Amino acid sequence: MIAFLKSREAILAGAMLVLLALISSRFPGFVAPDNLARVFTDTSPLLLLALGQTVVILTRCIDLSVAANLALTGMVCAMLNAAMPGVPVIVILAIAVGLGAIMGAFNGLLVWKLAIPPIVVTLGTMTIYRGIIFLISNGEWVNAHEMSKAFTGFPRTVFLGLPVMAWIAIAIASGFFLLIARTPLGRSFYAVGGNPHAAVYAGIDVGKTQFWAFVISGALAGLTGYLWVARYAVAYVDIAAGFELEVVAACVIGGISIAGGAGTILGTILGALFLGIVKNALPVVDISPFWQMAISGAAIITAVAFNARSAKAKGRIILRRAQAHGAQA
Amino acid sequence: MSDATSPRHIPDRLQSNAARLLKSWEVLLLGVAILIFIANSFASPYFLNAWNLSDATFNFTEKAMIAFAMALLIISGEIDLSVASIIALASTAMGAAAQVGAGTTELVLIGLVVGLAAGAFNGVLVTVMGLPSIVVTIGTMSLFRGISYIILGDGAYRGYPSDFAFFGQGYVWWVFSFEFLLFAVLAVIYYVVLHRTNFGRTIYTIGNNATAASFSGIRVARVKFILFLLTGLMAGVAAICLTSRLGSTRPSIGFGWELEVVTMVVLGGVSILGGSGTIPGVVIAAFVMGLVTFGLGLLNVPGIVMSIFIGAMLIGVIALPRLWDMWRRS
Repeated sequence: MIAFLKSREAILAGAMLVLLALISSRFPGFVAPDNLARVFTDTSPLLLLALGQTVVILTRCIDLSVAANLALTGMVCAMLNAAMPGVPVIVILAIAVGLGAIMGAFNGLLVWKLAIPPIVVTLGTMTIYRGIIFLISNGEWVNAHEMSKAFTGFPRTVFLGLPVMAWIAIAIASGFFLLIARTPLGRSFYAVGGNPHAAVYAGIDVGKTQFWAFVISGALAGLTGYLWVARYAVAYVDIAAGFELEVVAACVIGGISIAGGAGTILGTILGALFLGIVKNALPVVDISPFWQMAISGAAIITAVAFNARSAKAKGRIILRRAQAHGAQA
Repeated sequence: MSDATSPRHIPDRLQSNAARLLKSWEVLLLGVAILIFIANSFASPYFLNAWNLSDATFNFTEKAMIAFAMALLIISGEIDLSVASIIALASTAMGAAAQVGAGTTELVLIGLVVGLAAGAFNGVLVTVMGLPSIVVTIGTMSLFRGISYIILGDGAYRGYPSDFAFFGQGYVWWVFSFEFLLFAVLAVIYYVVLHRTNFGRTIYTIGNNATAASFSGIRVARVKFILFLLTGLMAGVAAICLTSRLGSTRPSIGFGWELEVVTMVVLGGVSILGGSGTIPGVVIAAFVMGLVTFGLGLLNVPGIVMSIFIGAMLIGVIALPRLWDMWRRS
């Protein structure tokens, strides 16, 4: 019990409650159930991408191409819908997930087969995917009136008090708890990130595991691409520009160690919700939205500094001595 | 940065082969540069014109100034993704100062000091607190540019003193701009520092094996801190040139440049895992990228499509040699 209270998840949840209490002391409407539901729905895209990013970071990789993947898939779905309004939503969903997974697999293959550092791969594919949106759309927008009712209506359909988009986020988050805790693939994400050499000796294919992490991240980005475009009923080249940083921020705030192998799904969920609450609270407490970028930057730095502090207690003492010695010499 | 995924990966034994490969890398790159030059001069009648070529140098000089310092930083095994945001922050600070009537000297000082301060901030987080530089600089990337957005919102600063325009628009002799001269001088300085001084050797040592370096009496943390300072300083210099060239500051100034700077460094043959790379390689890579951008620009290719080329080049330069290797072995 004490261990749980000291855990980063409990601290983060506590920080979130304090934040909510502070906001509600001046603006009680913010914590009304339907407003909280709105905040959660607003945060679902961030949550979905952060879950995918979590498994990527667990395997010591990073995926900076998720926002571009989201935008490209969203544009393809929107253009498909504009050209052929008759295509049912379920087909569009399948195309979105499939296309996203293919883009993720491309990242994964470059990391797995050619052993190119993930940051280089995804910095590159980030611009490539973004550029392809321009090529296929000629820089034009797909607007609400070109999309069919079924296309834009799906994520907003209310079911048991919450929109479908929020239910999808909940379902996938639950799926991740199972994936991480109960499947060999989920456990191998931790093994690969914790100690790749040991993972090799344990019979785990490190590259292949990283590949699957990228596929999962890409598939979720694709799914979110459709949801995003349908919810906001517009698609253009720059949608979700810079969103990848927010996604990484959510993971880091949630305690996913960038060195791989450490962190929990609950942490990621709390990290994403924390950012979501901050984002939605800014206009309520009358702070310009221009503050948001700096706040998420400061949150990343604070969180990573905090992570390092909590990890230091069980650090490798021999190595640290050596480095400390070196610094004095 | 340096995560060895297989037990056979022993970076400090890459000696003779790597040296040979690197040498040929720069020769190869030079060949590519010449090919692009020839292709461009056939593709557009406006390419072979001294003034047009001089204009083309502005495509890369500012980025290359940062790329020199970034090359040193990446060789030492760290990275700084916040450079473009440092440009925004330094430019915003200069713009704010210009509004209250600061002269050119003050503006330059402010640009340099803000760059240094931002570099020091990164450096402290990485070397003193021991945090991973990728995450730290992703964080400061949003923080620094975020501060610019807080100050400027969707506005802009204009009204720089007229002699401030010299840094980005002035010519020293004939078609040679001040920026190009600065680029050339900095290239020589960085070449000497990296390849002809003890300090340069320690950067390679740290990049190959930081633990061994600290056992050899190298002050690893201090060297890395200096490199972060240098990178911040160069971003400040680039901010001065860019602000002077554009004559205005918006918070989106230099957006996405970190990618192009890293591409330039990696294209120049610097290993992203640290420990190898040369300044001549980075210089040639700067020319290659500048010529590609300029050539495509003459052919009316939009900027975002050029970024596809840049992204593909970043992946291609690493992927092709490895694919070639795999194909030869099988």
